[in-house]
Amino acid sequence: MTEFIVVTSGKGGVGKTTTSASVAVGLARHGKKTAVIDFDVGLRNLDLIMGCERRVVFDFVNVIQGDCTLKQALIKDKRHDNLHVLAASQTRDKDALSKEGVERVLHELRDEGFDYVVCDSPAGIEKGAFLAMYFADRAIVVVNPEVSSVRDSDRILGLLASKTRRAETDQPAVEQHLLLTRYDSTRVANGDMLSVDDVNEILGVEILGVIPESQGVLTASNAGVPVILDEQSDAGLAYADAVARLLGEQRPMRFLDAPKKGLFTRMFGG
Amino acid sequence: MGIFDFLRSRPKASASIAKERLRIIVAQERAERAGPDYLPLLRRELLEVIRKYVNVNPDAVEIHVEREGRQEVLELSVALPDNEAAGN
Repeated sequence: MTEFIVVTSGKGGVGKTTTSASVAVGLARHGKKTAVIDFDVGLRNLDLIMGCERRVVFDFVNVIQGDCTLKQALIKDKRHDNLHVLAASQTRDKDALSKEGVERVLHELRDEGFDYVVCDSPAGIEKGAFLAMYFADRAIVVVNPEVSSVRDSDRILGLLASKTRRAETDQPAVEQHLLLTRYDSTRVANGDMLSVDDVNEILGVEILGVIPESQGVLTASNAGVPVILDEQSDAGLAYADAVARLLGEQRPMRFLDAPKKGLFTRMFGG
Repeated sequence: MGIFDFLRSRPKASASIAKERLRIIVAQERAERAGPDYLPLLRRELLEVIRKYVNVNPDAVEIHVEREGRQEVLELSVALPDNEAAGN
């Protein structure tokens, strides 16, 4: 059985592509045959985060339009044999994606025996975002602890419940998960940032993981190595936990407590 | 918390303000989504008609659909401004 997972958010810049890359790598490291598709036609970026930008020959739109086969367009990850990347088109307009075309590609991946297909959605609620979520079995909604991101996430949760194939054909609903990113436990402790519990309470959706604000994310994107592979960074470890939970493991949340202050800062404030 | 913290004024934690605002707007938007598709448009058109006669605020028109047993009740409330001068 192939499972289609959409990584979406509504709001831009919250960490969808970072999450898609790390989740895909995490699933592959658990031995799952995984493909990750960039749905952001015109603004390709997943290839950069995955570090395969110089190996893109054919893209998603080429496959849909029949310019090449799916096999030709799938880029095998250089670190994991069971992980493949399908890049977005950089040049064509966003109308190049069609529901039928996307379905054909997803079915072909299913027939190729992929366990997971991760769909990296563009920001917004336009066609690309709609198509990325339409065929999903599960959704990871990436949210920052910040008002506009939380509100947009709620909008996306509404769309997942109404504008997907599962909703339209009366199948069980798309399974929803929240992934909280850029979490700053010090600011939460100071009452200046929404906490995990706040976000959970407002949106009423289970929290798959909390990714702490971390320098590791920028370092990883600079190098083209998904941050989950950086075992020195809190963000990398938090992504590994989130993927394990996605696969049904129980793991406690880490990195939620503010770092302990030294005696000096405790006495004189920080 | 340092021993000199009392010297600094602490504003109300902004996260709790954020939470309260989000709770309200999310509940409102969910209610709108749950209602029939035409509600927002109906609300807008009603507002335009009312504004031909009375200068009300855009948020003065509230419209809800409530389910009571097997009936659906469309509830409309319009808050008129206080000092609407009579006979103008």
